[in-house]
Formats: sequence, structure tokens, C-alpha cells
Amino acid sequence: MNAVEMVGITKRFPGIVANDDIHLTVKQGEIHALLGENGAGKSTLMNVLFGLYQPEEGEIKIKNKKVTITGPTVANKLGIGMVHQHFMLVQPFTVTENIILGDERTSSGFIDYKKAEKEIQQLSDQYGLKVDPRAKASEISVGMQQRVEILKTLYRGADILIFDEPTAVLTPQEIEELIEIMRNLIKEGKTIIFITHKLKEIMSVCDRVTVIRRGKVIDTVNVADTDENELAALMVGREVSFEVNKEEAKPGEKVLEVKSLVVEDHRGIHVVDGLELEVRAGEVVGIAGVDGNGQSELIEAITGLMPVKDGLIQLNGKKINILGTRKIIEAGVGHIPEDRHKRGLVLDFSISENMVLQTYYKPPFSKGLIMQYREVDKYATRLIEEYDVRTPSQQTLARSLSGGNQQKAIIAREIDRNPNLLIAAQPTRGLDVGAIEFIHQRIIEHRDKGKAVLLVSFELDEILKLSDRIAVIYEGKIIGWVDPKTTTEEELGLLMAGRSKKEG
Amino acid sequence: MSQLNKQSTIVTALISIFLAMIIGSIAMQVAGYNPFAAYQALFVGSLFQAFDLGETIRTTTPLILTGLAVAIAFRTGLFNIGVEGQMIVAQLASLLVGIKLNLPPVLHMIVAVLVGGIAGAIWGFIPGFLKAVRGVNEVIICIMMNFIALYLSNVLVRNWLSEQGTDSTPKIPESASLRVDFLSEMFDSSRVHLGIIIALIMAFVMYILLWKTKRGYELRAVGYNPSAAEYAGINVKRNIILSMVISGFFAGLAGAGELLGTQGYMAIQSAFTGIGFDGIAVALLGANTPIGVILAALLFGVLTYGSQNMEHVAQVPPELIRVVVAAIIFFVAANISGILLGAVKKKRRAKES
Ligand SMILES: Nc1ncnc2c1ncn2[C@@H]1O[C@H](COP(=O)(O)OP(=O)(O)OP(=O)(O)O)[C@@H](O)[C@H]1O
Ligand SMILES: [Mg+2]
Repeated sequence: MNAVEMVGITKRFPGIVANDDIHLTVKQGEIHALLGENGAGKSTLMNVLFGLYQPEEGEIKIKNKKVTITGPTVANKLGIGMVHQHFMLVQPFTVTENIILGDERTSSGFIDYKKAEKEIQQLSDQYGLKVDPRAKASEISVGMQQRVEILKTLYRGADILIFDEPTAVLTPQEIEELIEIMRNLIKEGKTIIFITHKLKEIMSVCDRVTVIRRGKVIDTVNVADTDENELAALMVGREVSFEVNKEEAKPGEKVLEVKSLVVEDHRGIHVVDGLELEVRAGEVVGIAGVDGNGQSELIEAITGLMPVKDGLIQLNGKKINILGTRKIIEAGVGHIPEDRHKRGLVLDFSISENMVLQTYYKPPFSKGLIMQYREVDKYATRLIEEYDVRTPSQQTLARSLSGGNQQKAIIAREIDRNPNLLIAAQPTRGLDVGAIEFIHQRIIEHRDKGKAVLLVSFELDEILKLSDRIAVIYEGKIIGWVDPKTTTEEELGLLMAGRSKKEG
Repeated sequence: MSQLNKQSTIVTALISIFLAMIIGSIAMQVAGYNPFAAYQALFVGSLFQAFDLGETIRTTTPLILTGLAVAIAFRTGLFNIGVEGQMIVAQLASLLVGIKLNLPPVLHMIVAVLVGGIAGAIWGFIPGFLKAVRGVNEVIICIMMNFIALYLSNVLVRNWLSEQGTDSTPKIPESASLRVDFLSEMFDSSRVHLGIIIALIMAFVMYILLWKTKRGYELRAVGYNPSAAEYAGINVKRNIILSMVISGFFAGLAGAGELLGTQGYMAIQSAFTGIGFDGIAVALLGANTPIGVILAALLFGVLTYGSQNMEHVAQVPPELIRVVVAAIIFFVAANISGILLGAVKKKRRAKES
């Protein structure tokens, strides 16, 4: 039986056809991957299926019955649940309260929390979700928040689950766990539609994959009959190289020097605790580590977004830790932030306005007190073209770009400012393989111009490919340096778990 | 894209106004009045004669300025509910310039207006400063500043400024007044004054400031996403303070205009005039845009002034018009029109398939 059948779906947005006569068939009990470039229309298609968007043309059949899905409530009734890429949990609520929100089952007018808690615990155990129903949403990890979102759909009785890029925000360990959970769900008779840019994940867990390019379906193939290279080629329309071409680094002067840095978080805990680091011109230094070991705070301290408790940060020999963000930027620091929605973009500004977030006050973007929006537009148009940001125009609001294209816009802005030190935190999060190839190339080019690059990424793969030297961070300290050419994932894994090299 | 947004805010406003007027007529019906006669009296009585039109413009003038004041703060993510207090201190300041200083005619007026604006700006600075530096919620401070302004002005008027044996101050001299003969004559000796010119200029100033200047870019960035603004090296605190100062200045001009154009003196006040609070509704209905604020203020001006005529002609108490005003705010804030439009679209789609 077919769980979902989408027939001839067309969805237009101003200036763009996001879905163009799409046909998608998902069989009962399979994990069906959606693969496609950034902006291909995957999220849009799933939002149509979940009732958030109404298509201009086409029809939808659920379990062979024709339906009109006018909203998420209708979708829920039809057994469809969706986990969005950006979670929507109410922070001060407990897990239980979050899950029953909007589906409160009452007995004689009161919510029976005890009963709800028990049911949630049961569901969690059944699928191996390991969720504590009493924990506060604000206090649980990203991975756990995602599992809560999954539980939410299960609690509403969903048996067709849509996961929109769930692994983009997860650490490798959490991805392993999620894949296990997906297998459990299938065993219990669920159907899953899974969006991801990571071909490995498709190969390891999916049954079939539908490839979308520029709003059109290219093909649906059995995962067993294909491989990563073929998938990449199908989706991008050309061969994709997974290798990064780079020459030996020619390290020059010290650009960034961090000495016994201490940074305190709001609870007064030393999240960066006597950290030493050095990045030279013409090299990429990668920082590997498990999430939450002080990476974010290190970056925020260098960029002046978090106060430095103790220690020294120098850029080209000049102390910068007292300067404030504006001066630090002017001293030549570029920063691709880890959270594009929080820091990287003003979502309600146009792409154009976002492209000059740090430079708007300088000529040619302004003259005297007045902004020169015509110059801003010209500049934005150039960056959009050079970095292949898919958008109907430079006036489009950043909010309505696809996730990956938002990321490309940020990267374009930061690299084009030509900073002496480029800090790249999770730079390729949510990008398609073609875009990743392109961005990696750009980062290496930046290095080869004699600039310093500090890379922070949870993707060991990415760290190993791009870095000239790798520093492993653990509990706020650099506990070891390794050479990416000679190290192994095992060695890195051990270091990241806190075993220093000598103890080995 | 932005075109579409503009259209939908206009549609939202129109539907909300329409629905609110229906609610108003139901209320009138229930209270035993004829809604058709009432609305007719309202519009005829506020727009169709030169004198009434002049008075409607006079009523509209401060609403434009308070609406702009609220809108500008809102664009930076701040809720300036202190417009009322900022107006009062501005009136005091303008009054003092008016009656205590001796200046040549035009200059006297200009100084009085500016000092009023500056007084409002100072009153706005305080909550802005506390918000930026101490993280205190600006709404609470603003409300307290309103009461401080009200009672401060009452104390000053009673103990220092009032004429012997009265509750009110002397009138400002001709030289400081915003009333000019040609305007009054044009509108059949109504009290319309130069304040309307100031208000229209300030709407244009707001547009230039927010959408053409560097400062405006910063203010909007801070309003939409303070974390991103901080990341970009924009001084968030300074912009929060500045936004409240500018907002207070606009509110101050509203106060100055009321004093120098309409009243000419100050009296002990037992309560707020409500013009500042109406500014919130005006900004909301006008979608925080300069043109929107002007149109919304005009509507509120018509409703407010026309409701007096309605009382005379159709014997309908003006409180019923406040019901309409409140309903407009309700419908815009709750986005009822969005819900309605969505439902209509769905129906149509369901029929098609
Ligand atoms: N609400 C919207 N308004 C206008 N345009 C939109 C909107 N949502 C999406 N789009 C446009 O539709 C196209 C498809 O976007 P969609 O988010 O579906 O891409 P995607 O395949 O999910 O990409 P990604 O992998 O980057 O998440 C993009 O060009 C995007 O700019
Ligand atoms: Mg997407």
C-alpha cells in the first residue's frame, strides 16, 4: 500500500516555482529520502503535505484515499506528523507539557498530567527515545529536544513521519542514536520521509530516495541500486568531488594568539578554562571536540560577544579582548556564526540589507549619514551571483530563503570582506554536497591568500579535510594537537573524550 | 514581496475598520439608537464643513505625532507606553518658554516647540537608559513616568504657575502661539494650527530616518534581531536609548502642539488625555509606517471629533464610538481579517477540488 501519494503538486512563491508538477509516492513502512540542492523545494513540498502551504495544483492521497489537507490539525488527523528543522518547544514548559500542548486530553475538565506522563514514558521506552517526561525544555540538549518533537508526533498518533533535516543540528553521536530510533519506528510499522543532505545517512538507513532539482523530480531510485557518487551527480546535475584540492600550507606570521583564556558563562562556570591557541597566516586550524566543551564561548570571546574573564587575545600582535565587536571586526575578523537565525541574519531584512550587516556605515554603502541602497543592491547582486545564492531577487526577505541559501548568503558576506582571520563555525551546516564542495574550495582559497582560518565543526570529516592542524578541545582547554594527515578517527575520538595523548 | 505585504496590511486595516463599525452599530442598536443616523452624523459632522474639517484636522494633529512616536520605538523593538507622560512634560516646558521668555514672534514659537520636543525626549531617555543599562522593562518605567509627569505638572501648576484663585495658568502670548490667521480663516475660524504642518513634516522625517539613514538601518536591525545586531558590531544599548529619545521627541512635539496651538494654557488635570494611548492604536492600525500612521490618525480624528457632533445631532453618547475604536484595535491586534481571509480561501479551494 502507498502511505502517501502526491500527484502533480505545483506550489509557487512570488518570483519562483518552488514545486513544479511533483509526483512522490511513499510506500507503507519505508524510509523514503528526499534529496536535492538548497532551494530545490524539499521543505516546501513537505509543508504542503503537512497542510502549512496550499498547493496551486495537484492532489494528495493518503493510504490510497484522496484528501485535502487544509492545516496541521487535519494532517494530524490523517496520521501525519512533522519534525521541523527549527524546533518549536516552549522553553519554560516540561517535556510532558510541551508534548500535550494542543492535544490536552482532559477528564472532567482537568488535564491528567500523571496519565499523560505515563503514556509519554511508555512511548519513549517503546521506541528507545530515552526522554525524561519531567525535564524542562530549556534544560535539555538539542538531540533530546528533537526526540521530544518526535514524541510529540507519536503522541498524536502519527504513523507517517516527516523529518526535515533532523541531522543538520546533531552531533555524530546523536545522529547514530537518531538512526537507531528511525529503525525502531519502522519496526513498529511507521513510515518515514527523511530530508537530509548527508548521503551517508541515506545509504545507511533509507529504502528509496527521490531526487529533486529546481522544483522538479529528477528520479526515484532504490538505495540498494545506487551509490553516493551517483546520487550526488543526480541531484546537482554534474559530478561532485568529495575531495578538497589543496596544496601544502605555507604558514606565515601569527595572526591569532590566545593565551590562558578564561571565559565564564552566566552561571559563573569557567567554560573556557586557560585555553591556549595560535593560528598563523596561510593555515587552517580546525577545532575538534564534543559539543559543549567551550567552542562556542571561545568564538564569542574572540569576537567580543562575550566578556573575557582572564587571559589575552591578540590579533596580528594587537590585544583585542577589550575592543568591542565593532573594533574587532574592523581589525579584520570575519565570523560565520554557528546559529544562522540567532546571529547571522536579520530575517526580516532583505538579502541586500543582510549583505552589509557589518559594512553598512562605510563607503560606498553610505555617504555621510545617508545609506546608498543602490550600491548595497549592486553589491548584493554580485555576491548572490558569485556564491550561487538561489533567491528570486536581492530584495527578497532573508526569511523566505531556504535554509541552505541563507547559509550561503552569510558565507558570501563573511568571506568577501576578506578578513585576516576567518572564524567558521559549522560553516556547511544544512548545505547540499555541491555547495559544500564550493564553500570548502572558497575557504581554502582564502587560506591561500595568506589569511588565517579557524574552523569549528562537529563533522570530523570536514575538520580532517580542511585543516592543516587540528586542536582538540575538551572542558575548555586544548588538550592536544594532531596532524590531519597522520591522525585517525580513533585517535581523534579518544582525545575528544578527554584522554590526553600521553596517557594514550 | 513587499508589495504583497503592503496590500495585506491595508486590507487588514480596512476589514478591521469595517468589522468594528458593525460591532459599533450593534452596540448602538442594543442601546436603542439608530446606527445609520449616528454614522451619518459622525461623518457629515466631521468632514463636510470647513469649520468641522479644521477641527478634525486639529484633533488628528497630535494623533499623528503620538502614533509616529509609538511606531518609531516599536521599529526598534520597544513599547513606548510613556507617550502620555512625555506629552505632559513637553506641555509644561513649552508653556514655560511661552510665558516666561520674551522673544520675537516667530522665534518664540520655534523655541517653544523645540523645547517641548526636547523635554519629551528627556522623559523618553530615562526609560530607554534604564532598559539599556539596567535591563529594566521599559513598559513599567514608562507607566511610572506617566504618573510622575501628571502629578508633577499638577503640583507646578497649582503652586507656582496658576493665576491667583484659579486652577489654570495664564495664556501664552501671541508670539509663541502656533495659531496663524490664514489657517484659521481657511477653515472658518476653527482652531486648526501649524501643528499639522509639523506633524506631516515629522512623518516624512521618520521615513527618511528609518529607511534612508545609517542610523535607521541600525535602529531597525536592533528592532528585528538584537543578537544579530550585536554580532554585527552595532551598539545595541545606544540604539535602544536613542530610539526612546527620538520617540520621546515626537511625543514632545505632540504635547507642544497641543499647548501652543490648541489650549494655550495648562490646567490641573485629573486624568490623562488619552491622546498618547490612542497613539498606540494609531501605530498599530497604521502598521508602524508613516503613511499608515497619518491615515489611521485621520480616522481616529474623524471618530473622536465626529462623535461630539453625533451626540448633538443623533443624541448618541460618544462613548459608543470608543467601542468602535476599541473594536478596531481588537480586530487588528488579533488579526481577525487574516483568519477570515484564510477561511474564505480554504472554502474556495475545497469547492474546487
Ligand atoms: N515562505 C516563502 N516565501 C517565498 N519564497 C519561499 C518561501 N518558502 C520557500 N521559498 C522559496 O522556495 C524555494 C524552495 O525552498 P525550500 O525551503 O523548499 O528549499 P529546500 O529544498 O528545503 O532547501 P534547503 O535544503 O536549503 O533547506 C526557495 O527558492 C525559497 O526561496
Ligand atoms: Mg529546507
